[in-house]
Amino acid sequence: MTVVYEDLGDEAEGAAVPVRRIRFSINGKKMIAEVEPRLLLSHLIRRGIGLTGTHMGCDTTNCGACTVLVKGPGEAGGGRPVKSCTMLAVQVDGREITTVEGLAMKGAGEAGGGLHPLQEGFKEEHGLQCGFCTPGMMMAAKALLDENPDPTEEDVRWALSGNLCRCTGYQNIVKSVLWAAAKLRAESAG
Amino acid sequence: MTQALDEIKIGGLGASRKRVEDDRFIRGKGNYTDDITLPGMLHMEILRSPLAHARIKSIDASKAWDIPGVHLVLTGDMMATRNLAWMPTLSYDTQAVLATDKVRFQGQEVACVIADDPYIAKDACEAIDVDYEPLPVIVNPTQAVADGAPVIRDDKENQAGNVIYHWEVGDAAGTDRAFEQADVISRLQLHYPRSHPSPIECCGSIADFNRATSKLTVYMTTQAPHIIRAAVALVAELPEQMIRIISPDIGGGFGNKVPVYPGYVCSILASILLERPVKWIEDKTGNLISTGFARDVYLDGEMALRRDGKILGVRMGCDADHGAFFSDAQPSKFKLGLIHSAFAAYDIPVAHLMARGIYTNKAPGGVAYRCSFRVTEAMFFQERMVQAAADDLGMDQAEFRRMNFVKDEDFPHRTPLGFLTDSGQYAKCLDVGLKAVGYEDFRKRQEEARARGRLLGLGISTMTEPLGAGNSREYDILGIKMFDSAELKVHMTGKAIVRTGARGQGQGHETTWAQIVAHELGIPAEDIVVEEGDTDTAPFGMGTYASRSTPVAGAAVAMVSRKIRAKARKLAAHLLEVSEEDVEWELGRFYVRSAPDRGVTIQECAMAAYSNMPDGMEPGLENTAYYDPPNLTWPFAVYIVTVEVDPATGVWDVLTTVAVDDCGIRINPMIVEGQIMGGLTEAYAMANMQFITFDAEGNCIGSNYMDYLLPTAWETPGFELHSEVVTPCPHHPIGAKGIGECAAVGGPAAFVNAVIDALTGTGVRNIDMPLLPDRVWEAITYRRDVSGAPPVRSDD
Amino acid sequence: MYPSRFRYEAPRSLDEAIGLLHNGGDYAKVLAGGQSLVPLMKLRFASPDLIVDINNVPGLDYHRADPDGTLHVGALCRHADLERSELLKGSQPTMAAAAPLIADPIVRNRGTLVGSLCHADPQGDWASVVMALGGSIVASGPGGRRAIPIADFVTGPFQNVLEPDEIAVEAVIPAAKGVRAGGYLKLERRVGDFATVGVAVAVETSGVTVTRAGIALTGVGGSTIDARAAADALVGGPLTAESIGRAADLAAEAARPRSDHRGSAEYKRHMVRTFVTRILDRVEPAERKAA
Repeated sequence: MTVVYEDLGDEAEGAAVPVRRIRFSINGKKMIAEVEPRLLLSHLIRRGIGLTGTHMGCDTTNCGACTVLVKGPGEAGGGRPVKSCTMLAVQVDGREITTVEGLAMKGAGEAGGGLHPLQEGFKEEHGLQCGFCTPGMMMAAKALLDENPDPTEEDVRWALSGNLCRCTGYQNIVKSVLWAAAKLRAESAG
Repeated sequence: MTQALDEIKIGGLGASRKRVEDDRFIRGKGNYTDDITLPGMLHMEILRSPLAHARIKSIDASKAWDIPGVHLVLTGDMMATRNLAWMPTLSYDTQAVLATDKVRFQGQEVACVIADDPYIAKDACEAIDVDYEPLPVIVNPTQAVADGAPVIRDDKENQAGNVIYHWEVGDAAGTDRAFEQADVISRLQLHYPRSHPSPIECCGSIADFNRATSKLTVYMTTQAPHIIRAAVALVAELPEQMIRIISPDIGGGFGNKVPVYPGYVCSILASILLERPVKWIEDKTGNLISTGFARDVYLDGEMALRRDGKILGVRMGCDADHGAFFSDAQPSKFKLGLIHSAFAAYDIPVAHLMARGIYTNKAPGGVAYRCSFRVTEAMFFQERMVQAAADDLGMDQAEFRRMNFVKDEDFPHRTPLGFLTDSGQYAKCLDVGLKAVGYEDFRKRQEEARARGRLLGLGISTMTEPLGAGNSREYDILGIKMFDSAELKVHMTGKAIVRTGARGQGQGHETTWAQIVAHELGIPAEDIVVEEGDTDTAPFGMGTYASRSTPVAGAAVAMVSRKIRAKARKLAAHLLEVSEEDVEWELGRFYVRSAPDRGVTIQECAMAAYSNMPDGMEPGLENTAYYDPPNLTWPFAVYIVTVEVDPATGVWDVLTTVAVDDCGIRINPMIVEGQIMGGLTEAYAMANMQFITFDAEGNCIGSNYMDYLLPTAWETPGFELHSEVVTPCPHHPIGAKGIGECAAVGGPAAFVNAVIDALTGTGVRNIDMPLLPDRVWEAITYRRDVSGAPPVRSDD
Repeated sequence: MYPSRFRYEAPRSLDEAIGLLHNGGDYAKVLAGGQSLVPLMKLRFASPDLIVDINNVPGLDYHRADPDGTLHVGALCRHADLERSELLKGSQPTMAAAAPLIADPIVRNRGTLVGSLCHADPQGDWASVVMALGGSIVASGPGGRRAIPIADFVTGPFQNVLEPDEIAVEAVIPAAKGVRAGGYLKLERRVGDFATVGVAVAVETSGVTVTRAGIALTGVGGSTIDARAAADALVGGPLTAESIGRAADLAAEAARPRSDHRGSAEYKRHMVRTFVTRILDRVEPAERKAA
């Protein structure tokens, strides 16, 4: 891999910004990045790695469009949902990230189109309109279903109360998650 | 024995077809503006004014230029030398692109920096020194028109004072006479607070000027790419054919992404100067503090009533706070949009509306936020006035409305303020709603509860709204008529692509336009691709906002399909070797009337268009239609909400929300319901918590999501939707009406009316939105109205 | 949305972290959950020169009770851990009531109780809870460890008494002598909102007699308010409508709310009174419980 940048002269050399080398995995793939400490995790994901499914919608850690799963060393499970705009990229050194692009469980050619039941559920139950909040919603929902495979409507609304949507009114999002929960339960039973 | 295809199976009208758009969004493969990267792309950040009204004494950007990675710093004087410091607005005013003499609202654009990455651009913005001389600030219309108030728009030559326009509709003298005859006059003063559409995705653009080809391509979060192309041609004086506006996936619009924003203009100029792509993506603060806000209208309304409940006349006086620049996106003949559509569902003999537009030191606008140009204000004012009138007369809320509705047999009906409503079954809609909510039973429970100190309330909101702007006689934006378009190309294997001049932002056009074509031509919807948003390929249209797309672009899709079918009929006759008069059509197929088993499919006709044309016929099966709607469409709705209010805290909980929407023929019922639920949520949000307010210095409260409150899944109630009432639109090709915004228009009054109803007996007639707990508590405790947006009080 | 530049260190031990702070210069900040600090940095309201990230220091993510009931909450114990905690649900009603109300469920996965106390936001919920429970912070520095009672910990909005080279390593809630009861009520306009008013009440009873009480208020003053007089009014007798009413009045008097767009001062005082009453009305004395 070749990196090329503008030569701003010898003076500028000394003002070069120190970067930090981090190692992490994203959607199962191990990666190395060299980043400024101030780079936000969401920008590492979107610009550095080029996975643009994780969106940014606000500047006060409210909207949740940037939600991804982060799993620390020694942690059990699939990772906890985190607002990636409020984490520094350097903080994922040694950790595993899952984004919406890593949600699908099977290969593309297989039955179900290679989708996670949550993705299927959102389509079945019209849980999205403009699609901007959807990746964040699904990641938060995945964490809920990992922990609680049989949630009530109230459980779902509570778990998603850190993710804002302007289009749907949430009712179909709740139905989508419950659809996925039912399918996951049937799959693990069968 | 019919061989017509099953319309639902092929995804025609009425099919709740799963959405085509979903496939990419659920995979995180959407293509939103900020997802796009072009080679050599630079990043732009905007420096905004911290003050609401101040003279700019000097701007020193030298330190910004010195930061490594900075390519360009733009300030107002640099824009001025290129005649770009000011730009025309969509309402015939001018708006500053970058401030030159003064800043006129907090958050106004003062400079911008283009750098290698947005972090550096932000660093450089911080390094720009602006010397401001504060000026007195005006934060409401009362201050604006007071004697001695500073003139905000001293840049305009003939601007004395802060009034923008006076506008009047209706019959003043006739209305006065009606009021003289009245037994009871019911008066209500309301403020619809400043609000903001706030889609989750902020605005942004990537301007890419290619010096070698002289072509400017701009990716932009815009609901109306063709309007932008025209605006750029006029403002930047570039040849229109060399401008390409591409509206990629949009993360919500709601009217916020219609106007031309300074950021777009700066990114375009920067790209031209630097000959590299320049990306500008605003942050949420920039979006909330400076882009198209909504509402902020004051009403003084009166109804003249006969003792038996008949409305004799209505008078409305409105003050509209437009902020520092009048940049509403609205039909040019109507200064305050379609606010005069108020009371369209009621049979009122005479009415008069006066509106005044006012400049203040606030962000410019306002836009049509999930409404058809101020119809939200119209219907909110209407239903609040209706509620108050019924209470003043001591009449039942439902019966008062019912007796004043326009009757089914009285259509077409001309309203006293100049609209022609053409269809509706208002009484039936009301009946469905009352039954669904259990009206009689609720009133009993309400009384019993009140005896035990519990406050239950029920609110009704009924309205019809004008959607689908609009016919060319009356509707234009900057002189451009508001038609829309559809181009349909049927390929030789019978598959098709349709492009329109609309631009969806989640309404599901890629799914529903194909359903219209399927209905008209019998081509399965899954065989039809829909594209929107690229001005180089899409036929000219005025974009998607104000619920106009199904009424206008959707109609164009039907009309172009019919043009295709007319040509296909000729091809069929040729293939069947009969004359055209002997050919009949059923879904997907032409057949010989006298021998129905002899037929050809639409796909066979398509192939023939490329390989077996009759003599003299132009080959191909492609066409375009431009649709100038004869009238607006008039969906109708009844929203009924029940609540319980906790008198100790002012907190209110929604018990039920019933929505009965009549939007004519529903193309895709699942999508229609999604739109209604989204609208109801915005209605709930506006009634309960959404607001923008300003302190005395013009500081904006509501410029980020900590202060601008949007409900989460936890607060948002569930909704019960009804679709029993269907009144097809008599003039729309497929009988459809708009629906995207109805619930946001009619909904807020239902929630507010419910809370006011719960307070029956306290003498409270009004609490202005948002009905936050402290405001409700104040009303109950002091038995008084609470008016105005939440003030930024202080104890001193 | 873009923080200014800073140096960053990710120590792997407490001693290393303290050493970095000691040599770190004028403006160094500890990063734990980051759910308060990072937003401030993004808005450039805070621009530290050095960030010392303690998330890789092992052994800080616990919360546990000693045999006598003293509760220890480590510096990296997340709000979500406390929300799910069976220990808290069984023995710490005030804390269990507050945990689900902190910010929103996603933020709770990162934010920490100890970090929230250190951040000293006058609208922080945990500070009222720990104040009502009479808790303390344990700080660790080059000179060793020290315990700082919560009442002495905060000196003003966003200011605490920690030395620049001290790290708060745990919060300690003293053991109860009686049966714990209490709760936390928060008036928020939507999930994730700061409290318009928050009230923490923690009582201990022996039989029907209240033996210890703490009442603390969020969002109604320049910092967390210790409604000492209100709490003292409950001690020494049973909870009656009269004693509850008196405590509620005194709590309202102790509040120093400002009128703003969240409501008038009068409303906020009224809500303090209402919340104190509602929390105490739900308390059942031990005797009644056993029967």
